[in-house]
Amino acid sequence: MIPYQPCLNIVFAMSLTTQDVEKVARLARLAMTPSEIETARKQLNGIFGLIAEMQAVDTDGVEPMSHSQDLAQRLREDKVTESNQREAFQAIAPQVEQGLFLVPKVIE
Amino acid sequence: MTWEIVIGLEVHAQLSTHSKIFCGASTEFGAEPNTQADAVSLALPGVLPVLNKGAVERAIKFGLATGSHIAPRSVFARKNYFYPDLPKGYQISQFELPVVGQGALTIQVAPLSGNAKPYEKTVRITRAHLEEDAGKSLHGDFHGMTGIDLNRAGTPLLEIVSEPDMCSAAEAVAYAKALHTLVRWIGICDGNMQEGSFRCDVNVSVRKPGEPLGTRREIKNLNSFKFMQQAIDYEVQWQVDTIENGGTVQQATILFNPDTGETRAMRSKEDAHDYRYFPDPDLLPLEISPEWIEQMRATLPELPQTKQARYVNELGLSAYDASLLTASREMADFFETVLAAVPNDAKICANWIMGELNAQLNRDGLDMTQCPISAQQLGSMLARIVDGTISNAGAKEVFRTMWAEGGEVDAIIEAKGLKQVSDAGAIEKIVDEIMSANTDKVTEYRGGKDKLFGFFVGQAMKASKGQANPAQLNEILKAKLAG
Repeated sequence: MIPYQPCLNIVFAMSLTTQDVEKVARLARLAMTPSEIETARKQLNGIFGLIAEMQAVDTDGVEPMSHSQDLAQRLREDKVTESNQREAFQAIAPQVEQGLFLVPKVIE
Repeated sequence: MTWEIVIGLEVHAQLSTHSKIFCGASTEFGAEPNTQADAVSLALPGVLPVLNKGAVERAIKFGLATGSHIAPRSVFARKNYFYPDLPKGYQISQFELPVVGQGALTIQVAPLSGNAKPYEKTVRITRAHLEEDAGKSLHGDFHGMTGIDLNRAGTPLLEIVSEPDMCSAAEAVAYAKALHTLVRWIGICDGNMQEGSFRCDVNVSVRKPGEPLGTRREIKNLNSFKFMQQAIDYEVQWQVDTIENGGTVQQATILFNPDTGETRAMRSKEDAHDYRYFPDPDLLPLEISPEWIEQMRATLPELPQTKQARYVNELGLSAYDASLLTASREMADFFETVLAAVPNDAKICANWIMGELNAQLNRDGLDMTQCPISAQQLGSMLARIVDGTISNAGAKEVFRTMWAEGGEVDAIIEAKGLKQVSDAGAIEKIVDEIMSANTDKVTEYRGGKDKLFGFFVGQAMKASKGQANPAQLNEILKAKLAG
């Protein structure tokens, strides 16, 4: 699925509203009180102010960077190196049955 | 009122690597739940992804096979959403810089109904990118809870996105089939649709000719070509009915129910499409050198499209025959082995493979790899038709015998007495006998009753116990009856 655009694009031009912060919190599944939202809004606006300053720099002719290290990905040979450790992993799971991790019902 | 249908496909091909895309856990299908879910698949704290070279190699091969641009540098991104079968809270995918860019696939379309002729069409490929699969949610009886199996989490996928170039269910199915053939042909995906190795999402919209694109709905996760066709037909009708009744189509993700033959919208999750993509800081850019691309090119077999062109241009087969004979590598190998026995008679090989052989395979529910008759056996049999030893009818008998009991062609011809009489003297003798036993008919024939020719052929065939070489018999009869 090709998505439309990364949502961070919305923010640079203007400052964040309370609704923006509520939306981002909801997407991140964070429960926040109104005062926490207000604090986060101020902090985030501070960060966006910094970004706005960087946006103002003339970067014509500079290739965009997707990683802070100027290196290429190292690759792994296609080999199976992991063995079954289900018992160890499931020993720390809240609930398991028939080898499955159990989670609160997902309604589709 | 006429409507134009616009269809684009997104196909998820599971790449046939041994290990997962970012870790060394096995990808084998059918293991006990969570026995192939290692620390990376489970997203335990502190784990890091390391890209599998085998997955990249397969993506390069796909790019080469579709004449696509292969990005010298591509980037992995995080696609963020919450779902229990995605324990990291994001899927590692590619967004702005996919590994494979624009390409194309040329397909042969056989219209699904009517007498329309097969035709060729080129479908543009927008991009293909590498990503990881999610795990599976099982909604069985777990005291009101959902069971999660993460064996599939991290299995490498190549998502192949087409342009909206298809304008009928037939074209969409032909494209999906051509892609399915191609990924198996170049050995990057096993194509097993029941096991979910090849899954299709279909974007459908309708519009009046000349108008801008209509709103599309996306049919998710079709795992059979038959369902794809049914789902598209139903969906197109639904959209047309909705608009003609004054309604509007809302963008939605929908599912096809094979039991009812209907599509229905999934409950749309709020903010479902807000994936907040960003480059994954755990993964450096993927660089692919020209040398690596050339190494991969050297490993590619002759492609189905190239074979098709060769079959048409050098062997004189129709484009449609050529596309059927290249439906799989097994099929093409079989055809070429048969052809080696009768190099100048490609058409007879094509006819027998797509006629008698295919019919028998279908009847017995077998595929090409399970065919009880080998290509060598069929080739020897066709050689005996071509050299006049057996008639077509005799060949069918040989074929049936080989299918049921096996055996060597010449031995079967001998044992069943199927050898044609091609001895001119013997045939002449039979013809003479028949003519003297039916002097009245000979007179009638010579008096202009041409239809009686068939009677003489029948009599002579009967007298020869069906073994007279038909072409030779015709010739001799004609000459003798002419007087």
